[in-house]
Amino acid sequence: MATATFAFREFRFWLTDYRRTWRGSVVSSVLGPVLYLGAMGAGLGTLVNRHSTASLGGVTYLAFISPGLLAAQAMQTSFGEALYPVLGSVKWVSNYFAAAASPLRPRDVFRGHLMFVTMRLIMNCAVFLAVIAAFGAVRSPLVVLALPVAVLTGLAFAPVLMAWAVTRTTDVSFSVLMRFVMVPLFLFSGTFFPVSQLPGWLQPVAYVTPLWHGVELCRGLALGTADVGGAAVHVVYLLAWAVAGCVAAQLTYRKRLYE
Amino acid sequence: MPHSEPTDVPHVDHADTLVQASGLIKRFGDFTAVNGIDFSITRGEAFGFLGPNGAGKSSTMRMVGCVSPPTSGRLTILGRDPVTDGAAIRARLGVVPQENTLDIELTVRENLIVYGRYFGLPRSVIRERATSLLEFTQLSDRAEDRVEPLSGGMKRRLVIARSLINDPEILLLDEPTTGLDPQARHIVWDRLFRLKQRGVTLILTTHYMDEAEQLCDRLVVMDGGQIVAEGSPRDLIERYSTPEVLELRFDPAEHEQAAEKLAELPADRQEVLADRVLIYTRNGDQTLAAARALGVEPITSLARRSTLEDVFLRLTGRQLGD
Repeated sequence: MATATFAFREFRFWLTDYRRTWRGSVVSSVLGPVLYLGAMGAGLGTLVNRHSTASLGGVTYLAFISPGLLAAQAMQTSFGEALYPVLGSVKWVSNYFAAAASPLRPRDVFRGHLMFVTMRLIMNCAVFLAVIAAFGAVRSPLVVLALPVAVLTGLAFAPVLMAWAVTRTTDVSFSVLMRFVMVPLFLFSGTFFPVSQLPGWLQPVAYVTPLWHGVELCRGLALGTADVGGAAVHVVYLLAWAVAGCVAAQLTYRKRLYE
Repeated sequence: MPHSEPTDVPHVDHADTLVQASGLIKRFGDFTAVNGIDFSITRGEAFGFLGPNGAGKSSTMRMVGCVSPPTSGRLTILGRDPVTDGAAIRARLGVVPQENTLDIELTVRENLIVYGRYFGLPRSVIRERATSLLEFTQLSDRAEDRVEPLSGGMKRRLVIARSLINDPEILLLDEPTTGLDPQARHIVWDRLFRLKQRGVTLILTTHYMDEAEQLCDRLVVMDGGQIVAEGSPRDLIERYSTPEVLELRFDPAEHEQAAEKLAELPADRQEVLADRVLIYTRNGDQTLAAARALGVEPITSLARRSTLEDVFLRLTGRQLGD
């Protein structure tokens, strides 16, 4: 039996599970970008725009942060979908163990769940892009490519997080991870201001984070300033994280489910 | 196989051997959970692993369930290797794990449907089977309710219903009735007995001797990762115990003194437990009369038939509940 078929069975479990919560998640996926773009882009933006926007590339603050927020939101979606649901699957609901007793193998369980996380990323990023368009913050038709790039940014995080979460026995480290990894990434990866504004020693740190690459590329596409060479580097870097995460997850899932 | 001449096992074709293990070992780091066991399970029989917690029963079950690769030794299930053919074997197994792995947010019926999809069964087959399995496990009137408020016995029956969704040839039950009240246990036993009548091969672990006696055609007694005896419940009792047991309770102050006196009795064997003295004998009432003649006066006395509990005590020097 092809692996894809087995993984799809696990994906269907998550679809059934999602039927319970989809309404709330759709509301918050619309409300989130409206609040952020309204407060930061339109509100704070009017102050920023009064000064020079040269360091923003000459665009309004709203146009500057919208694609950055899109990428950052993809990362947040991954943190939300890849930590607690994975731990719950081995600890509270135990649905991973139920699946492992069926023909599904640990790697099918992982891939099927990752399919669902990808679906959630596509949904959230598409809604976010639509809100950006509604705010009139689009500057280039290339912006449609920002959707797959934002999803890829999310996928640079999700597999790594899932690989780690499945090894946990409690959720105490999750809030630490969110506070000391996710939030700093969110704030300092070029989302709200160019990385060039960071102290010199901190800039290389930003370049290492997958989020910065996602932010840069989404912004380049939304503003029409991306070039092929730079885009390729960003995509390869994000893909490398995604692939490394998948390799790690197949090992840790196997260890946890087949101990 | 240590201590075992399976005299009561009928000779069977190789094709009817569903599970075959030899020299099976499972280690977790430095800890050896299963230490070189041999057993074989025949189509249609109810086979039990009896032993206290930590005896290696669940580790063995997980290996048979193809979710735990053996550290060494040979294991064949349905004629296949669990390490290389795990998915194909699991498609033909039903599993009732020790902990219920139900989705308590879903309804009773949805739990069966979700699980049926893992096996790639067509929707119509899943629906049909779900309805008949809910009937079989007496859950039809709760089919559309959420799982969370169900009683422990109902949840257990739902796990059993779920494990049957793929019409398995072998049903693995890890501690099927642990934590259930006596009435709920009897309902579960009744359903399992019916499955056995239908020809489903049952493999179960238990630390309840009454469960083993009720359900198992044949069992192995496990202790410390090893098999210490094998046979039918009756065969094991005949081999390792006397027909009757006299249980005597004394005032704690007189307990030891009474036990010493009782040693003079012409009994096969005597076990002095913390709260009771057990005397193994052919006839409990006669032995009680003999004890009274020695001037021993228990607070309570009970003459009963030997059980697997006595077999376990004899083989390991400990009680199953320890």
